[in-house]
Amino acid sequence: MPKLTIDGIEIEVEPGTSILQACEQLGIEIPRFCYHERLSVPANCRMCLVEMERAPKPVASCAMPCGDGMVVRTNSETVLKARKGVMEFLLINHPLDCPICDQGGECDLQDQAMAYGFDRGRYGENKRAVKDKYMGPVIKTIMTRCIHCTRCIRFINEVAGVPDVGAVYRGEHMEITTFVEKAIGSELSGNLADVCPVGALTHKPYAFTARPWELRKTETIDVLDAVGSNIRVDARGPEVMRVLPRVNDDINEEWLNDKSRYSYDGLKRQRLDRPYIRQNGKLVPASWAEAFTAIAARLKGLSGNRIAAIAGDLVDVEAQFALKELLSRLGSANLDCRQDGARFDTSVRAGYLFNSGIAGIEKADVILLVGTNPRWEGTLVNARIRKRYMAGGVTIASIGEQRDLTYPYSVIGTGPDALQQLVDGSHPFSETLRAAKNPMIIVGMGAFQRADGLAVQAAARLVGEAYGMFRDDWNGFNVLHTAAARVGGIEAGFLPGEGGRDVHGILDGASKGEIDFVYLLGADEIDMAKLGNAFVVYQGHHGDAGAHRADVILPGAAYTEKNAVYVNTEGRPQLARLAVFPPGEAREDWKIVRALSEVLGTTLPFDTHGQLRQRLMAANPIFGAVGETTPASWAPFGAQGPVDAAPFVTPITNFYMTDPISRASVTMANCTEALVGPAQERTGTHG
Amino acid sequence: MAFLDRAARSLFLTELLGGMALTLRYMFKPKVTLNYPYEKGPISSRFRGEHVLRRYASGEERCIACKLCEAVCPALAITIEAEPRDDGSRRTTRYDIDMTKCIYCGLCQEACPVDAVVMGPNFEFSTESREELFYNKQKLLANGDRWEAEIAQNLAAEAPYR
Repeated sequence: MPKLTIDGIEIEVEPGTSILQACEQLGIEIPRFCYHERLSVPANCRMCLVEMERAPKPVASCAMPCGDGMVVRTNSETVLKARKGVMEFLLINHPLDCPICDQGGECDLQDQAMAYGFDRGRYGENKRAVKDKYMGPVIKTIMTRCIHCTRCIRFINEVAGVPDVGAVYRGEHMEITTFVEKAIGSELSGNLADVCPVGALTHKPYAFTARPWELRKTETIDVLDAVGSNIRVDARGPEVMRVLPRVNDDINEEWLNDKSRYSYDGLKRQRLDRPYIRQNGKLVPASWAEAFTAIAARLKGLSGNRIAAIAGDLVDVEAQFALKELLSRLGSANLDCRQDGARFDTSVRAGYLFNSGIAGIEKADVILLVGTNPRWEGTLVNARIRKRYMAGGVTIASIGEQRDLTYPYSVIGTGPDALQQLVDGSHPFSETLRAAKNPMIIVGMGAFQRADGLAVQAAARLVGEAYGMFRDDWNGFNVLHTAAARVGGIEAGFLPGEGGRDVHGILDGASKGEIDFVYLLGADEIDMAKLGNAFVVYQGHHGDAGAHRADVILPGAAYTEKNAVYVNTEGRPQLARLAVFPPGEAREDWKIVRALSEVLGTTLPFDTHGQLRQRLMAANPIFGAVGETTPASWAPFGAQGPVDAAPFVTPITNFYMTDPISRASVTMANCTEALVGPAQERTGTHG
Repeated sequence: MAFLDRAARSLFLTELLGGMALTLRYMFKPKVTLNYPYEKGPISSRFRGEHVLRRYASGEERCIACKLCEAVCPALAITIEAEPRDDGSRRTTRYDIDMTKCIYCGLCQEACPVDAVVMGPNFEFSTESREELFYNKQKLLANGDRWEAEIAQNLAAEAPYR
């Protein structure tokens, strides 16, 4: 443990700590551009110079490890002079276009120039001008502003694992480029604009639309995948202007995937802002009272087993809980929150959670992916696996499709038969698993969205049991969900009750005429043709497939427009907060269900959000531990049985369009065009 | 003695005559009143009158939507919305000044990095309705075109002191 003195204060730090980190521990701020705590240290901006005794010249504090007996000064005359000099050199070629720069107001260079900049330029020669590069539909480049910190290169190579960005030429002529004018093929490319300390890389969809000082910041969570990334929604008036990640080391560190970051423009399109009723085959605008009356008229005299409800991917826990209560009062047990048709055992919590936690990936030494493409199903989970890979000493294997996951891995099988071989130990990979200290299995929805889902779940459990994944100090059985609503729905009990139908049963029943009333709570991804002649109520926020089929539409609130609980794939309840109000007559979803219950004559026993949360916590105490995971105890789950040999197929065909919000987004459409499908298969000879 | 003095002054009407003499003197001096609105007094080149949005000589609008005037405005009278124009440059799609809120402090003019928003020499912009005082971008640019000559002169006169 080296002991050193910084500005007269003695501090003892972990070996390997840099002087800059030691300064941060003391609360001394060192200016920097190239240093980023989650990236490697290149020490090329020279802004973090400090003075050290017995050193002939100032040292770059970010790259100098602390040594015993060092005496460091961070505020001496020499240091100030050195920093001013570096700043003057940086500003030689940096254009004075702050008024038109999107980074203006939140720019590291602007801030530090206020502290260390000279009030006039001494450089009379021509400034450097660099041609702007194309980096895809979400990153805008103004390369003249680049100060060559190389944070973007390090991010894309180290964290994203897609070596699409690099530098060419040397010294003053250095240019950051994608080499061949192509869109960056990473789902994390939006973070490039975040790590850029100046305005060289900015967010294309946000270009010129707002200034940081006029935005209202709301700390909330993302619901476009089941990871539950922490985000900050910046809004101006009634409009969401941008979405930025928030630091949470347990979940997303400080990154965010492009879908969650840029699909906010979908929140302004295709919105349902008033109730509708279908009359003579056409949807006509109606009042809330008329819509509720129409539903009540249809439900009158209907027995419970002819009523069903399906919850979608973006629904909060409160709405599902309220609708479940309402349905049980109507005598129906036909409800399911797994609209994708996944079959898995929900009786044991450990059987459907990401038990090790996303941060737990860093402890694993063998990772087995089953029927999942984490790059698309949980981009930040994939980033965490890559982080584990970069740390070294891990073996990654997959049962399923061959995809580019940004790290090397071996495909050891395509379907459930490989799992069974692992169970009986006949598979060559068994040796590796047996030798592992902390083996981990990550099962995706591709493994459960099959007729034999329960048997696959049981096989995965047996693999876990056979190789010591369930111990007191380690639970390596992980399920990676694709929908933010799923775990919350399961925890709230939005599942088929005693003798009730699951989503397959509901759709079958509806097409056979055994079910007359289907309540779609934001469910858009089911096969609407199978709903037959049933009376369909759609409650949601976007005019998507569900609203298209509906007989009555009840406009709800999107995730930025309500205070609600979501549970991520780890089983961690988190609060989404209201950033803007729902448009028009749209209301928070639980309030709609509560109001409907009154019209139906079975008033639900809660009038405020607080009362509803109380009931929710009484029903399942995990909802009380907001932001924390409740460890799941171990018990056998799944149903052993015959499995189909068919290979696992990942459920997501287009990462950028998976839900009503991203399908309504223009940015996501641009991303799809540039990055998915034919564009990816293009070769150099295409026009 | 004081009594005699006062009595003599009132007897000979000296104060009245003095006043009339003053009036008579002013009758032969040049007039200081102006026949407004046909005549107007001189105003300073620093006068803060009605706002204008200026253009470059090429006809290109100067405003680059940096929103500094909006940020600095103490009365929150300015509203700006922006997006990339077809040629990729940063321009406003909306530039509104609520003249009923404006306190004519001139901070917007000071904040502007491109001399786009300037308070011109015009002070005669009273209207019959309140709505007419909610200026939009079109109105402000038209003001700019109308007052460009005077404003350019004023700015040139002020340049040495900036």
